[in-house]
Amino acid sequence: MKLDFLHAPPSWRRVLTIAPPFVWLILFLLVPFLLVLKISFADLEFGIPPYTALAEFSDHTLRLVLNLRGYALLFTDSLYVATYLHSVKMAAITTLCCILIGYPMAYYIARSEPATRSLLLIGVILPFWTSLLLRVYAWIGILRNDGLLNNLLMGIGLIDQPLEIYRTDLAVYIGLVYAYLPFFILPLYANLVKLDTRLLEAAYDLGAKPWQAFLSVTLPLSMPGVIAGAMLVFIPSVGEFVIPEMLGGADTLMIGRVMWTEFFNNSDWPMAAAVTCVMVMLLLVPLVLFQYGQTRELGMRGGRRNG
Amino acid sequence: MSDIRPGAPWSGAADAFVRIEDVVKIYGDVVAVKSVSLAVERQEIFALLGSSGCGKSTLLRMLAGFEEATSGRIFLDNEDITDLPPYKRPVNMMFQSYALFPHMTVEDNVAFGLKQEGVPRNEIHGRVYEALDLVQMGAYARRKPSQLSGGQQQRVALARSLVKRPKLLLLDEPMSALDKQIRQKTQIELVKILDKVGVTCIMVTHDQEEAMTMAHRMAVMSEGQIVQCGAPQEVYDFPNSRFVANFVGSTNLFTGAITVDEADHVQIESEQLSRPLYVNHGVSEPLGMEVHVSIRPERIRVHREQPTGDYNWGHGMVGHMAWMGSYARYLIRLDSGMQVEASVPRLAMTQMDAPAVGEEVYIDWSGDSATVLTS
Repeated sequence: MKLDFLHAPPSWRRVLTIAPPFVWLILFLLVPFLLVLKISFADLEFGIPPYTALAEFSDHTLRLVLNLRGYALLFTDSLYVATYLHSVKMAAITTLCCILIGYPMAYYIARSEPATRSLLLIGVILPFWTSLLLRVYAWIGILRNDGLLNNLLMGIGLIDQPLEIYRTDLAVYIGLVYAYLPFFILPLYANLVKLDTRLLEAAYDLGAKPWQAFLSVTLPLSMPGVIAGAMLVFIPSVGEFVIPEMLGGADTLMIGRVMWTEFFNNSDWPMAAAVTCVMVMLLLVPLVLFQYGQTRELGMRGGRRNG
Repeated sequence: MSDIRPGAPWSGAADAFVRIEDVVKIYGDVVAVKSVSLAVERQEIFALLGSSGCGKSTLLRMLAGFEEATSGRIFLDNEDITDLPPYKRPVNMMFQSYALFPHMTVEDNVAFGLKQEGVPRNEIHGRVYEALDLVQMGAYARRKPSQLSGGQQQRVALARSLVKRPKLLLLDEPMSALDKQIRQKTQIELVKILDKVGVTCIMVTHDQEEAMTMAHRMAVMSEGQIVQCGAPQEVYDFPNSRFVANFVGSTNLFTGAITVDEADHVQIESEQLSRPLYVNHGVSEPLGMEVHVSIRPERIRVHREQPTGDYNWGHGMVGHMAWMGSYARYLIRLDSGMQVEASVPRLAMTQMDAPAVGEEVYIDWSGDSATVLTS
């Protein structure tokens, strides 16, 4: 068989190259999201599926019913608002911790010898080889009142009473930072390792002490890496379910848990879908802003030349 | 300018502005710089010339403070700067690829050094524009480096390295990132600016033409050592070794034995030439010693008639000829089999009706065109 598309005009080849990711995104991102969006506007109903249809055709009329019960409840019931705020707060603090812990790590890895570098990188990636669930269970073993940490601290006589970490927000923070740290380190590392060290030498040469050179050269130039890493931590953290469920207390309000409860405990699909849609919107805003900033910077870099 | 720069000896001068004393740099078991001593005068433009890996860049980086000398001392204006970190040295460098900060405007790039120094804001602005005007880049102050051409980036880099009024300016391969066409023009402009500012300058280059165009004096480096130091013309006309003769310009080397050695001339018999070689200077070496004679291609004349003298001529055949525009480059195979390169100026070519490839010709040169090399 002749591979006709290889000889097709360039525009066809371009379409063929670009098409797979688009098809993928449409099939597995856009369509499911539209389904969820549809469910969010339906009403609760006993049956399978447990929600009403949006459009109804009878008596020569097409009736489109948008049920806003879920959304109305979201913005009136203070519990939902508080949960959103708390999720965003937890994700924000997690992101901040990842920046504070991850930046020095990424910096150190990027500055070490190539041989050591790959070893350290493997160290960062290694936890991915075990299921997240198992790793979170391990944290339960560490943080429990009679867990490793408390036993150790009491054993060396540092404390008399076990620290109450397990089933508190602190445990969730520990779990979140632990789980998402690699997602921050890797993009930042990729950025830092590309940094031209001659720029630092130029800064020293012009009188900057090492910390001044860091603040005025390394840090601003690594911002794209910091932002990319922060996004990768912040966005999934907001909707995280497993970690708050396993490490958090009953009062650890996270939107992922609310979704779970609505879906599986209350079987209220429309409500769960509404919660999801609002969360997606909430996350889309910073993402779009970031994208906008990125393109603007790229546009400036490729700016016109004047010979 | 050059009259206030006496030809200082290339080491030792105790009152020189820049003194490099016995500096050694060893990386692990690799000796990058083997005991270099050098003196550079105030306001001099000094070139370190050598091929890659000769240690010239390492030496420059030790002057800037990016590398620590394994041993030896470096003095600048009678101050020992050997152990100062780069940010405390009154030395600024223009980097090979300029190393302009990509996230800052031209103005901020130039102002960077002054800000680190804590110069008051109102003064910074004036000095930045003074420096930018010096390199005629004042109109581009608000641009980012990526919006500038290579030549413009170089000017900004120069302004950035001059704005702090360093005692010593270092140039690392200043022209290597520029197109060949604008290089020569830029070299002359750069020298003009340096003279105007009156800064002492040490530059590193692998391009002998660049060193000769720009520098008042130069040092040829090889394998971590300085093999010859002097004014460009001096080094070109009187290379002290075969290495320098070949590296600085191209040359023809005859090998032979000394038969006569007087105070004002030597005669050398070489198997590569049917006539003896006659050189207008003595060498004070034992008779019979094997030496080399270097003759630059532009010193060699090409004839159709046999020369009449007893010395310094040979017979051969044109093996190759290339028009270079202002001159023609001839490769002539002598009867001995040795290949000689001759550059024949355009004028001489038109006068003699240029010999073609395959034609038999004679070559000759005067006694003062040759230099005897003992190493």
